[in-house]
Amino acid sequence: IVERHLPSKMATAAEEEANRPFAGLSDVSISEDIPVEGDISVPVGPSARRDDEFSTLDEPVKETVLRDLRAVGKKFVHVLYPKRSTALLRDWDLWGPLLLCVTLALLLQGGAADSDYQGGPQFAEVFVIVWFGSIIITINSKLLGGTISFFQSLCVLGYCILPLTVAMAVCRIVLVAGSGSVSFAVRLVVVTASFGWSTFASTAFLADSQPANRKALVVYPVFLFYFVIGWMVLTFSPSQ
Amino acid sequence: MASPHDLQFQEFEEAAELLSADPGASTLSMSASNSINPAGEGEGEDVKLDLSEDEEGQEESSELLGGQKPTGGFWTFEYYQSFWDVDTVQVLDRVKGSVMPLPGRNFIKHHLRSNPDLYGPFWICVTLVFSVVISGNLSTFLSELGNPSYHYRPQFHRVTIAAVVIFMYAWLVPIGLWGFLTWRQGAERQIGGYSFLETVCVYGYSLFIYIPTSVLWIIPFEWLRWTLILFAMVVSGSVLVLTFWPVVRDDTKVMSVATVVTIVVLHTLLAIGCKMYFFQTAVHVPTTAPTPPPLHITGSTRPH
Repeated sequence: IVERHLPSKMATAAEEEANRPFAGLSDVSISEDIPVEGDISVPVGPSARRDDEFSTLDEPVKETVLRDLRAVGKKFVHVLYPKRSTALLRDWDLWGPLLLCVTLALLLQGGAADSDYQGGPQFAEVFVIVWFGSIIITINSKLLGGTISFFQSLCVLGYCILPLTVAMAVCRIVLVAGSGSVSFAVRLVVVTASFGWSTFASTAFLADSQPANRKALVVYPVFLFYFVIGWMVLTFSPSQ
Repeated sequence: MASPHDLQFQEFEEAAELLSADPGASTLSMSASNSINPAGEGEGEDVKLDLSEDEEGQEESSELLGGQKPTGGFWTFEYYQSFWDVDTVQVLDRVKGSVMPLPGRNFIKHHLRSNPDLYGPFWICVTLVFSVVISGNLSTFLSELGNPSYHYRPQFHRVTIAAVVIFMYAWLVPIGLWGFLTWRQGAERQIGGYSFLETVCVYGYSLFIYIPTSVLWIIPFEWLRWTLILFAMVVSGSVLVLTFWPVVRDDTKVMSVATVVTIVVLHTLLAIGCKMYFFQTAVHVPTTAPTPPPLHITGSTRPH
């Protein structure tokens, strides 16, 4: 249904031609000083909205939670075996990075001299480093002309913390056994391996989105990011 | 091209083009609200012909002014993208130029060539923050290896302190220097100063030499540390002096010498301050109340 409101000068002509849409236009010339307004409303067809088919409002809560958990788990598997797949990028979510960040921050607590300010990073400091670090790296790669979207990049960087979180858990277990130089050597090897794994996994996802002559400029901040997290994991020393 | 009085249905782009060519013409189009409104927003590629001429004129005058290429207001993303418009090769070349200052090679003229970037200064500062903190932590650990009463501490709070100090140096000093130089040029009616971004860029790249220096500071020999810091200060100080001397030398003798001396002194203070605070080899005395440490002013080492 097309409605047109014309000023009163044209009203009679419009009424005459109202039955034939667009027919009146052939003899009307509009000069500048007559304001012409148009109003076109497109009716929504009677077809059912497609959302109804995918409505998740009626399913049990358990189903909803399990679906998200399965998606997160699938991405964990993608990180552990990084191949150049687009699944991580297509269906990004930030639950996994949040879970990993909270786990890492919790595992880094209870370290030496928690009450003394000389200890390891506080819970909030870990959060700030992980999230602001990811945001800054993402902005950096977008400023350099990357084609990856903001949240996709946050998703990738967050998920690739998984090897370092696993290393943190291993380190705490090793530290229970003892904290001599043997345990330090073991921890060093584990952290170095997982740092390399994290960097490799994230560049496998991110490298394709950059022009070739700037790849190193994008990879270096990622390297620095995981290096700092690895240093936080390695220098965790238990209270005695 | 259809004439304005052709009563056939016309595409919007053609109507807009006709309007921009002759705003007085009367036109006919289905989307009635657009026929009076000249397409000034640049819709459709046909309309850009008129606007681009003005834009080119504006861009040329801005290049004359500062050698910068602002492509939008400072609230748009593209504005900042122009500062990250560097390739890997360019960044490496600039880093090399900052560690090898040759007399006669002005860093800005030779390496930046009116394409100052913020990628280098920003990531060099971040790397420097972490390298100083990590190396300092390692050197404290190594120096206390034989001490049975020493308990290793990661000292993570130093990251915050280092970040504040280094980023303030890398931003406030160039602001002050640029403001001062611009004011002097305004007073003396000279041309050929450096833009603000070029100043920030020079300062950022000049900090690069401190990254390997801080890593080498882990080696626990005092004479080696002082040699290294002297070498680093000479190199990066000369980059700064070589860059700013041509601009400053046209000024009065007193002012130009004072400016150069101030640049060098501030740079020295940063280096020595970092060494004093982060690489302490003092005897470990347990403190009861943590006190905020003095920042790059005193020469005494505070036990922490």
